Formats: sequence, structure tokens, C-alpha cells
Amino acid sequence: MSILVNRDSRVVIQGFTGQHATFHATEAMAGGTNVVGGVTPGKGGGSHLERPVFDTVAEAVRETGANVSGIFVPPPFAADAIMEAIDAGIEVIVVIADGVPVQDMVRVKRYLIGHDAIIVGPNTAGVITPGQCKVGIMPSHIYRPGRIGVVSRSGTLNYEAVEQMNELGLGQSTSISIGGDPINGCDFITILERFEADPETDAVLMIGEIGGPQEVDAARWARENMSKPLISFIAGVSAPPGRRMGHAGAIISSQADTARAKMEALAELGVHVVENPADIGTTIHTALAGR
Amino acid sequence: MNIHEYQAKELFRRYDIPVPEGRVVHSDEQALAAAEDLGGERWVVKAQIHAGGRGKGGGVVIADSPERVRQAADRLIGNRLVTPQTGSDGRPVQRVLVEQAQEIAQEFYLAILIDRVSQRITLVASDAGGMEIEEVAAREPQRIVRERVDPAVGLLDFQCRKIAAAVGLKGTLLPQAVKLMKRLYRLFRDKDALLAEVNPLAVVAGDRLLALDAKMDFDGNALYRLPDITDLRDFDEEDPKEVEATGHGLNYIALDGDVGCIVNGAGLAMATMDAIALHGGRPANFLDVGGGASPEKIANAFRIVLEDANVRGILLNIFAGINRCDWVAEGIVRAIRDQAIEVPVVVRLAGTNVAEGWMIMESSGLDYLRAEKLDDAARKAVEAVKGAAA
Repeated sequence: MSILVNRDSRVVIQGFTGQHATFHATEAMAGGTNVVGGVTPGKGGGSHLERPVFDTVAEAVRETGANVSGIFVPPPFAADAIMEAIDAGIEVIVVIADGVPVQDMVRVKRYLIGHDAIIVGPNTAGVITPGQCKVGIMPSHIYRPGRIGVVSRSGTLNYEAVEQMNELGLGQSTSISIGGDPINGCDFITILERFEADPETDAVLMIGEIGGPQEVDAARWARENMSKPLISFIAGVSAPPGRRMGHAGAIISSQADTARAKMEALAELGVHVVENPADIGTTIHTALAGR
Repeated sequence: MNIHEYQAKELFRRYDIPVPEGRVVHSDEQALAAAEDLGGERWVVKAQIHAGGRGKGGGVVIADSPERVRQAADRLIGNRLVTPQTGSDGRPVQRVLVEQAQEIAQEFYLAILIDRVSQRITLVASDAGGMEIEEVAAREPQRIVRERVDPAVGLLDFQCRKIAAAVGLKGTLLPQAVKLMKRLYRLFRDKDALLAEVNPLAVVAGDRLLALDAKMDFDGNALYRLPDITDLRDFDEEDPKEVEATGHGLNYIALDGDVGCIVNGAGLAMATMDAIALHGGRPANFLDVGGGASPEKIANAFRIVLEDANVRGILLNIFAGINRCDWVAEGIVRAIRDQAIEVPVVVRLAGTNVAEGWMIMESSGLDYLRAEKLDDAARKAVEAVKGAAA
């Protein structure tokens, strides 16, 4: 098992014929991901990377049975592409675009009500179930099949954690970056729910940052609803207040937003908190040993 | 993207949101002429800088003659204004807004913002006008009311009436408040705002509602569709180095330590700063090179970091996914050769094309410290900086 994507996922790429999409779709296919086709409006009827190209997501779903989408269109067109995927019945929508206007996401989240789709991103490195399926831009060769679920806001910090885990022989069931924007398609809790229900995940690593209530909300949820150990690192202990650290969401605007305050709140809620970013792997190891 | 109060009030006027008559001026003589032109007996002179807390810093002056207006403008323009939000250096004042002073009967707080928790555009109001809303929220949260907007139908009249009634706007003020809120919401939506704040919203002579202050912040990611808002950007209000970095596709924020950081990804950049701090060092900056960094971009990152005279060493930490370690290595080699870098440079490479990256570094014959892991890299950088200082 795993969550969100696996070897049975049928992946369609929106913005298929673009440069980034081509590069990452090629890499994903080489790693075994079942890319069934792509969408580039105006190029329908053609083929790309030996896969059919469609004008609309609805057509792609009808012709290929696609149930997962990777959205590689530029930020100004991302919201429309997401809603098109929702409308077509896609179950998991991964939005790579970085720089989607916040109000566009407000509308997308409203449109999502009443649909069962899960949106990952925007501004995400994507989702990978090692050895089975990758929808995103992460270097798949660093991921190893295993039993630890990983969920982060950041992409590169996800890679860092995974490398540390590999050294200790800890592979990943599925790894997800939910993205660093103020309004995400899905939150930590949505992902934690699925990891809790996944029989092949033994523990979950949640990598957070300064800014926003998401991590603490997730820990509160986990205390009531999760039996598996939750390990967490919060980046930004050394970040000054009032400055936006790259991610639009990473800004300390109140005392509760600081990394220190979040770490303390998480520890009180029973989360295994990582103090030093170099100790992410060993803390997971200790948490598993202590079960 | 923030704009000045006078610019926000221009936008308010375009949306028929009532604001006081005013003139923005660049000199004391112009201020005098503006006061005479506006007429009346009392005026308010307001320094135009992006930072808040201007009142507390002496940047808002009431004057009872045109000559006093001139004096206030003379004192403000060309000098630096220190407020609780500017830091001790303050911000240079280049212009002031001169307005007729108002007889204020009552003050309110009104804002529209994007609430991250509900993920909705949200109206926030309070009868505690003219005060810092954070203080009100901390001390008297019951005085703050909120209405969340369903994007499918927009802000509804009844929601505005609920807000107006809750803060005590009655009689003829109630329909005025409804109109004002709906117009402010329209502006917020049309221009992709992140914040529109009116503090205070005042009841003035003749039972009229007037926006005495105006603050707006816009979504940088939406500027591509907002040419008129983009034109309002004032680069003088921004750190010139951060502006330059943005031009090179780099996200740079100056800090006050001595270990320069060059990292890919905001999360890893923060974690790298944290690792430096854990080893007893102090990061000189946050710098995210982003994805697909070319050798040229890496070389530019070195240049920008080294413009900070406090930097005594550099830690480059790249975990390449969409990036390529070989390109990064080429950039490092180019930077060290061309920029005659004298401070120690610690390099940690991982991810895509890492072997090729190290090959380029090793065959360059240049002097640098190699690190395989984040912790090792941070430790080496802190030690190198301490060694260089000794």
C-alpha cells in the first residue's frame, strides 16, 4: 500500500508538452510511473513521449481512465487547470506551479467543496511512492521503498530528511510536499489521516516551518486520532519576525508562529520533536524503537 | 507588495470610498500651498512611509495654520522617521500627505484580509478604532467581529449589516457602512489584495463615514495582471540588495550574522540557518537560489552575499532535485575565480548529478572545504568563520 499514488495510478500531465513537464514526465516514466497521456489545449490528437495528447482533461479521463494529474502549467493558468481536473473527476491533483495568486486558490478551495479530489500544492515538489509512482519534480533516486510516511511543506527539506532516513535504513511508504503557500490544496491533517489508515506506514515524519497554525492543528488532531508515532521538525528557529522566508506562508506574524513556540506546543501534544535538523533520521529511529 | 497611504486613498477614491480631501507634497512650500488650497482651520500632515506606527513616531502632525503645516512638512521631509515598526534606523520621508483635519465623533476599525484558517476572504471590524488591532485582539477579543465571504456569492449586504450592527453603526450610518464595505471588498477582489485596512474609519461632522487612514498590501504573484498596481511600487521603501537579488531570480534577506548562506529551497535554507545557529554561529542572510539554478545565478548569489561586509565565510548547501549539482559547481568555480573570494567557502552538494558536481569541484584546484552532510557543513562553516576571525 501507500497513500495517494501507487503502481496502479494512471497519471495525466497537464501542460504536457512544456519543457519542465517533458523532463519530469520522462524521468517519472523511466522510474515506472504509469503516465497515460497529457493535456495541452490546441495540441489534442497528437502524441508526445509516445503518449496521447488531449485538448481537455475530460477527454483524457474518458480515453485513458486517468485518475491522477500532475499540473505543470504556468501559475496564471493553474487555478483553471486545477478546477478542470476536479470537474473531470481526477482523484489526486498535484500542482507544481510556484506563484499561484492567493485569491485564485480561495476560489479553487470553494470549487472543491462537494468533490472528493485531493489537491497537493501549489508550489510543491510533489508526491512519490518510491518504486511505484512519482508525480512531481523531486529526485526520485534518493527515495527508498519503506514504511515511514513523510509530509512536508518544503521540497528540499523533504530531500534532506529522506537522505538521513536512508542512511539508517528507513525507507518511505509515500512522501509528499504540501507546498509553502498561505493557502494549500490540502493540509497536514488530510495527509496524516491517510497515513494513519495505511497498513504499510508505521510512523509519520511531519516537516513544518514558521508561520501559520497548521502544524499545531495537525498535532492536536493526531493526539486524538492517531496511533502511529508522529515525528516533527520545524524549520526557522533562527528566522527573524516579520520577514517572509521565501515561502509566502513562512512569516512570523505572532508569537505562536515562531519555530520555538510551535516545537513546544508539538512536544506537549506528544509529538517527537526534532531539535537539530541533522537529527531528523535518528529521531525517527528512536521513536520507532520506543514503541 | 505594500503601497503608500496616499496611493491607497487614490484607489479608495476610484471605488467611491469616502476619504478626506488631501494633497501629497514633496516640499515645505508645496505643503503650505496645499493647506491654503484645501482651506479650513486645521490640517493633518502625515509622513508617507510604508511602515506603520507613524503616529507614535511623530510622523502625524496636527497643524492649526498653513505656516504650521509648512513647518511640520519641513521637519518631516528629507529626514528619517523612526516608528515602532521601522527599526532604529527609521525610514527616509520623501513626501507628506496634507489633509483637512476632521471633527471625529466616533472611530472604528475595518479590514479585509485573507484568513488562512478558513481560507476565505474575511471582513474584520471593531468599535475600538484607532488602536493597534493586535492589542485589541489580545486584550478585548470580544470587541472584534468577523464575517467570512463565500467566493461563490461574494460579500452579501446582510453580512455588512451584521458587522455594522455589531460595532454599533446605527441609523443613517448603517447604509453608508454597507456601501463602504461592499466597495472596499470590490477593490480587494479586483486588485488581488492581501490586506485592505481602514484604521480609523471615522464618523465625522454631518454623520458621515470617512476612511481617515488606508493601508493596502497586494499579492506579488498576481502583479502580472495588475499593471496599475505594479506602477505603485516604491523601490525606495525596499532593501536595494533584496531588489537586486529578486532581479537575478534569487530570494535574499539580509540578517545580522557573519556566515553567508547560499541554499536551494526556502525550507532547507531555514534549516541551514538553524544548523549554523546550533553550532554557535550566526547566519548573515537567508538566500534561496530556487530551482533550475544556472552557473551564472550561483555566481550572482556569491556576489550578493559578499556585498555584505560582515560575511566572514560562506556555506553553500544544495540538495538538487530540479537543480543540477554540475551546474551549481560550475557557478561556484566561476565565482571563486572571478570574484577573488578571500573568505572560506564550505560546499555541500547532494542530489541530482552530485558525482559530476564533485568532479568539477575537485578538478578545479580551488581552495574550499568539502562537506557531505548538513551538520558537517554547518560545523565546518562556523569553525572556519571563527578561525578567520581569530
